[in-house]
Amino acid sequence: MSAVFEVANLKRSFGGLVVTNDVSLSMAPGDRIALIGPNGAGKTTFVNLVTGNLPPSSGEVRLGGETVTRIDAIGRVRRGLVRSFQVTRLFQDMTPAEHVGLAVLQRDGRAGRLFGSFLSMPEVMVEVSELLEKLGLAELAHRKVREIAYGQQRLLEIAVALALKPKVLLLDEPAAGVPQSDTGRIEQALADLPPDLAVLMIEHDMDLVFRFAKRVIVLAAGTIIFDGLPADVTKDARVREAYLGNYANASHVA
Amino acid sequence: MTLAVNTQTILSRPRGRSFRRDLMGVAVIAVFAAAGYILFPDNLALLTRILSVALLVLALDLVTGYCGVATLGHAALFGSGAYAAGILSAHYGINDPLLMTLGGIVAGAVAGLLCAVIMLRAHGLPQLVLSIALIYLFHELANKTSSWTGGSDGLSGIMPDPVFGLYEFDLFGHTAYFFGVALLLIAFVLLRLVVRSPFGMLCRGIKEDPLRIRALGASPNAALAKMYVISGAVAGTGGALSAISTQVVALDALSFTQSAEALVMLVLGGTGSLFGALAGTLIFMLFEDYVSAANPFHWLTMVGALLIAVVLFAPKGIYGTAAAYFTRPGKANR
Repeated sequence: MSAVFEVANLKRSFGGLVVTNDVSLSMAPGDRIALIGPNGAGKTTFVNLVTGNLPPSSGEVRLGGETVTRIDAIGRVRRGLVRSFQVTRLFQDMTPAEHVGLAVLQRDGRAGRLFGSFLSMPEVMVEVSELLEKLGLAELAHRKVREIAYGQQRLLEIAVALALKPKVLLLDEPAAGVPQSDTGRIEQALADLPPDLAVLMIEHDMDLVFRFAKRVIVLAAGTIIFDGLPADVTKDARVREAYLGNYANASHVA
Repeated sequence: MTLAVNTQTILSRPRGRSFRRDLMGVAVIAVFAAAGYILFPDNLALLTRILSVALLVLALDLVTGYCGVATLGHAALFGSGAYAAGILSAHYGINDPLLMTLGGIVAGAVAGLLCAVIMLRAHGLPQLVLSIALIYLFHELANKTSSWTGGSDGLSGIMPDPVFGLYEFDLFGHTAYFFGVALLLIAFVLLRLVVRSPFGMLCRGIKEDPLRIRALGASPNAALAKMYVISGAVAGTGGALSAISTQVVALDALSFTQSAEALVMLVLGGTGSLFGALAGTLIFMLFEDYVSAANPFHWLTMVGALLIAVVLFAPKGIYGTAAAYFTRPGKANR
């Protein structure tokens, strides 16, 4: 299948420090990729480069065949590259229905409308209630976000992202900070993502990575050191070294 | 079909309530307006001035309360409306009060766009400083172009025709007062629509987290500029009302003091609520009028004390605190 999302030779340095070094990857519709790496590997910088929040020093980002390297973050979202946030960034005084409604309206270019309420727009409300129901949030549709549990807020993040009808979805640690009892609901939501959507998930929880991903990419010191099947990642010597660092050698010294 | 039914049951509740609140708001304004007319028939000039300033404070609430842009230069929009309405009458002989008001609306909106283009380049403290710089520039412009504005002598020679050719602007200010009440009611209803619309929701989002709004694919600056234009139209209406009712425009209309007072009134009443803006204006201006008459030497001290008390003990403002008190127990929706 043709690539819906491509990164080619992406580089970024801060002063003399190269944080992202020659990263290339390509995703097809329906891909389920996990991006992992030890702390400081450059995952956050990578996300910022890809989403357009940080300009790269060199390299290209392509979305659906179009080069978007010079297009800002807003333009990339409009072209179908949507991200969720590591820590939920929801509007505390708004309700789940308002969040999803706003995303649907924005996607359709109607978020600037000066009259009417989305609550009285049936075509918007059908989508809102469908999405909220799918993620088990229908009961909470009119509660303020500050009143709902953290696990449910994470689900709402996913609902908002899906409401934008993305082609490529970047999930930044979708289960981070969620109590063990609630991760099942999130995993279910991830399993139910639209089949033709290309998903890149950044995650620390290896159990989740192995259950979700069909392909794993390991980033260390700004470089891709592994790109392959989940089954092979733990056997890879470079990955072990990146994670365990000098412990591997330390046994010799001791 | 089942889905449609679900939609109805899940999501029908909040609509009726907001409509009832609109009607209530209109009724409350009408009752206050009638009470003012009956109780203070000799003081209609003050009441009309309160109406015009209320429009400025409402306009300020749109950008400060709803969008989180702090500004100390909002009188630039008000003053532009006042001068536009005044100049139309004094220099072009366009004396129809409705056309003069329209002129004020357009001038306010243009001034709003101009301020937005400059102010939205910065955030936080630098933005506040830009707003102060802008109000000084507007003030100076009006001062220097005295052949048009009358400079520091003020712009006189404003002679509005009767409204609809029927109701003459009388010496007692009856017509001006009702004209002002009508403008405020129209503005209030339209703004209720705006703050509840998808655009209003977008602006609330921008106030809380502009970066998140960008991640939805919306441009915060474009939305803020649009809100500034709307705000300018509202402030310009207030300015035009002031020009029509007093038949002069003074440089004060474009002053830093006027801007700062509007912000004080907004904070006093409560930001982020149209009722708060109206309550703040009414309380501040009545308090100012009453206290300055009762004790001309220390009235500013008392205004200061009132403000400190409100900020310390009712940080949501007088209306905001009262509203929070009455709607407290377990009500999820405003």
